[in-house]
Amino acid sequence: MIAQQLINGVMLGSIYVLVGVSFTLAIGILNFLNFSIPGLFMIGGMVSWVLLTQGWHWAAAIGAALAAAALVSLAVEQLSYRRTRGADPEVPLVSSLGFLVLLENLVLVGVGSDQQTFPSLLGDFNFRIGGLVIGAAQAISLVLTFALVVGLSFVLGRTNLGRQIRAIAESRSTAVLLGVDVGRLVPKIFVLTALFTALGGVMFALSYLQVSPFMGEGVGFKGVAAMIIGGMGSVWGAVIGGLIIGLIEVGSIWAFGADTVNIAVYGSLLLLLILRPHGLFGKPAIREKL
Amino acid sequence: MSGYQTGVLIILCFNIMAAYAVYLPLVAGQLNLGIAGFMAIGAYTAAYLTNEMGWSLVSAIPAGGLAAGGLALLVAVPILRTHGIYLALATFALGQVISAVFLNLEVVGAAAGYPVSTYASPLAVFSVTAAIVLFVVGLSQTRFTLYLTAIKNDRLVADLLGLKVWGLQVAAFTLGAAIAGIGGGLYAHHFSFIEAQHFSVQLSIYTVLYVLLGGTQTVWGPLVGALFFSLVPELLRAGEAWRYVIFAALIVAFMAVRPQGLVTSTALRGIGRLFGRKPAAPGAQP
Repeated sequence: MIAQQLINGVMLGSIYVLVGVSFTLAIGILNFLNFSIPGLFMIGGMVSWVLLTQGWHWAAAIGAALAAAALVSLAVEQLSYRRTRGADPEVPLVSSLGFLVLLENLVLVGVGSDQQTFPSLLGDFNFRIGGLVIGAAQAISLVLTFALVVGLSFVLGRTNLGRQIRAIAESRSTAVLLGVDVGRLVPKIFVLTALFTALGGVMFALSYLQVSPFMGEGVGFKGVAAMIIGGMGSVWGAVIGGLIIGLIEVGSIWAFGADTVNIAVYGSLLLLLILRPHGLFGKPAIREKL
Repeated sequence: MSGYQTGVLIILCFNIMAAYAVYLPLVAGQLNLGIAGFMAIGAYTAAYLTNEMGWSLVSAIPAGGLAAGGLALLVAVPILRTHGIYLALATFALGQVISAVFLNLEVVGAAAGYPVSTYASPLAVFSVTAAIVLFVVGLSQTRFTLYLTAIKNDRLVADLLGLKVWGLQVAAFTLGAAIAGIGGGLYAHHFSFIEAQHFSVQLSIYTVLYVLLGGTQTVWGPLVGALFFSLVPELLRAGEAWRYVIFAALIVAFMAVRPQGLVTSTALRGIGRLFGRKPAAPGAQP
């Protein structure tokens, strides 16, 4: 029984991993707490649902959903990030929150607030290993998540693009001096985070067969928690953080019931922020003088 | 005044109280994303005191404010060790935890909600709101608000100039939470029913959004933001979702073009001049 709960927790956690990685990329590279990410997650799920019900092929529907999220993310880059640099630090955060509210309510106007049933693309297919049940969709999303994260850390660590990205993360002005074209690189980072997030939304829809205009909030905010637990800016930290959040969530449902999830998840987040704000695996920030 | 108009004004009042609760710490550069949690503390404390302990409104609502302020003071000590984004996220997590705790607390009805028997009249809501606005406006004329602005502009310099940065931040955070608690207590007694789901993360987020839309440079910004958020949808009479679409689009546009918000100190001076007040520049008189 406990083994099954562990598996469920890891499966759920893999969704948080993708969202947490997106948050950690935005904050680690651009120092931007991008609260439009839950909105992009929802775009991934909702757009693919709408197109599937219109009779599109699943690959085309998912591709279009990812493209839609990437476009929205470029708009966020233009309006929430690029234009608010140099303003008060809370301005980009608030602007991206504005985007979240905007996206949710636009979709609400379009399709209504009901929870919709996502068509089951993989049928009712399960793996059964020694009494443990693993849903096919969940297994696929777990594998895909890890493939993506490994791919991402390869790109960040080994390629020229990754070197440029790490250079901006280290010091933006130095990167500019060294010839990094920041104006062209930053939109790429936004597209990258959008693809990760929207794919998370699609996989959430495939695994749990439900979409709604507000599906991004619960998952997205737990993605923030995953990012902090792992240490802001650390990709593998976000992976561990996402899995921990998934396990805490499933564990608290199993032990105390569904109403206690938020106490457990956000309580541990609060505790961590107080005791160890730089996360479990992050490096402590240079202490301010105050 | 028709019932509809009273209803709109009541909502406006609650939004104004929430706005000033967010505004006070924000003057010092602290973004409180968990204001709904402090409202919930005030609402449930005051409701419990009138329902079960037989307290009167006059003592229960300030007690709700004190409880919210007390909790803020308690968590301020560890939370304010963190800065910037960490602080915003810590208040966010705190708001979620508080709302979830009330959702599970059987003494106050848990998920079924909590009916409140004592009733606060619209007049009570209006006068408390007016008192809070006067209080914050009065505070803005004192050095306290000036100090907070200094901290926001440069913590290090403020500290070097001898300000007790940490103490001032704790004070702003606690005062804001106490205002939220008073607002919550009134909310419970005016609507005679509270449920934990009302004090959600959306409530906190919307409050922050309209405060910043109004602008935090002057004390009038939050008032204008709350007015805008509460009244424009009533004038538009569009659907509930459209009002948020328009509101959110405005937020995004404002943050991109005019991040200081609707009301700025320069704009206020301009209005002052319009009404014939001489600009108070020395040597301007012949």
